[in-house]
Amino acid sequence: MQEEMIFSGFGGQGALFAGMVLAYAGMDSGKNVTWIPSYGPEMRGGTAHTTVIISDEEIGSPIVQRPSAALVLNNPSMEKYEPLVKEGGVLVYNSSLISITPRRTDIRYVPVPASDVANELGNVKMANMVALGALVTATGVLSLEAVIQALRDHLPESKHEMLEPNVQALRRGAELAEPVVA
Amino acid sequence: MAPVDPLQGKELLKGNVAIAEAAIRAGLQAYFGYPITPQTELLEHMSLRMPQLGRTFLQAESEVAAINMVYGAACAGVRVMTSSSGPGISLMQEGLSYIACSEVPVVIVDIMRGGPGLGNIQPTQADYNQLTKSAGHGDFHSIVLAPSSVQEAIDFTVLAFDLAEKYRTIVFVAGDGMIGQMMEPARLPPMQKVRTTRPDWALTGAKGREKNIITSLYLGGEVLESVNQRLQAKINRIRAEEVRYEEMLTDDADILVVAFGTTGRIAKTAIREARRQGVRVGLLRPITLFPFPFAPLDELSKRVKAILVVEMSAGQMVEDVRLGVWGRVPVHFYGRTGGVVPLPGEILDQILALAGRLDEPPSGELREFVGMSVSVS
Repeated sequence: MQEEMIFSGFGGQGALFAGMVLAYAGMDSGKNVTWIPSYGPEMRGGTAHTTVIISDEEIGSPIVQRPSAALVLNNPSMEKYEPLVKEGGVLVYNSSLISITPRRTDIRYVPVPASDVANELGNVKMANMVALGALVTATGVLSLEAVIQALRDHLPESKHEMLEPNVQALRRGAELAEPVVA
Repeated sequence: MAPVDPLQGKELLKGNVAIAEAAIRAGLQAYFGYPITPQTELLEHMSLRMPQLGRTFLQAESEVAAINMVYGAACAGVRVMTSSSGPGISLMQEGLSYIACSEVPVVIVDIMRGGPGLGNIQPTQADYNQLTKSAGHGDFHSIVLAPSSVQEAIDFTVLAFDLAEKYRTIVFVAGDGMIGQMMEPARLPPMQKVRTTRPDWALTGAKGREKNIITSLYLGGEVLESVNQRLQAKINRIRAEEVRYEEMLTDDADILVVAFGTTGRIAKTAIREARRQGVRVGLLRPITLFPFPFAPLDELSKRVKAILVVEMSAGQMVEDVRLGVWGRVPVHFYGRTGGVVPLPGEILDQILALAGRLDEPPSGELREFVGMSVSVS
């Protein structure tokens, strides 16, 4: 098993953090993982992405041409990564903010109103966790419970008041992806 | 997020942070540096941890100052290091040459970024010549260790201190933006006690003993030549004893890929795919860029039919490879420059082309690099 994933959104939407939670969950599940951020002379409001690989094998290249799955939180990320997802791959997108109509027929789309759901749960910043819940369910890369456990184990103490709402966000995202998987 | 201890002590660590923490656990006593992307998290981690532990952290006013502080601390016999990226390493070269001549142990981390000039902050391997040939004026070589994973970055940092002190030399840990920025599960070493004694050659205030002199100024021709002879004898000992490398799938290989660091691990993905397609290809990954693994290359060049060198540069290590195969087999080169990281598919196309498996030469982005192919036959 090797899943190669891109997480992308505006700086501040938490795409890199979502990728990191998944990377922790992968490591805790005994898999090999790599997490590489985009970095550079970035500006507020710019798009940031991370590449996360989770594999049973030793990971050679930590960067990929064609991800097997992508999680995109804004229109620029959709523009950039929709064409790159591998045939048969998964694209989870934040339908609250992304107005672009899907253009491909050879990948599985998982539209999730991540920002709206996060708002309902009390904080729009949790859109990343809603989308991550959907990604985990749609790809089956790891169990949802492993991801929730990783969040519990690695979220710093100072942020623990946000733990349960984020767990809820993951669960809501997972539910929203279930019809797509079924 | 705070790392915990879920699996055999592995933590999810960013390369830069992992190197800093490994150095601290190896008994680092003093760090002097100046921030530069893509290694800044290394200095940042030092700025947090070193004062916590009662050790010395100092952000210098420039890399020139930093390397001279490192020089001074090394003369005093403490475990010391600095870190930077290409532009900063260039500024340090005068000090590095003085350190080499003075024969004091120093560890330098270079997290390479696109160049020349101020360039950019993306990964490159184009400091190869600078680090391996002579990181400063005059005749000297430093030991250069090239990690290809976060775990190796940790292990080689610890090793760097031991080698630096064993030979009283400069040891570089040569990573790139990818190694510095990437997070991978890795195991940190246990915390070593900071050394309380200092070596007998160190400048410790010559109370009750003959004074030690550490200098790089020798005005007489013959005396400086004898210093050079001593340095060269040491470098030859390093050549004989400290070569490190990894071979993968070379037993039956017709094609040998030679690549180090980040490019080495990317090449592994391409090689595995080429193997699935029935191409007998293997990898020689130099771990010490100096001393270069000439002996295994010599052996392999008697068995393989072609060699492909892949680097994130316009071709620097390829010169050592060509030197090392004595013209026995053609040496081809594929490189990306300016901070562009080669993807596995690009390297695979080069391998397949060499194996005669492509009807047409590799296309697209690769075309502009055709002119860079070098063959010796």
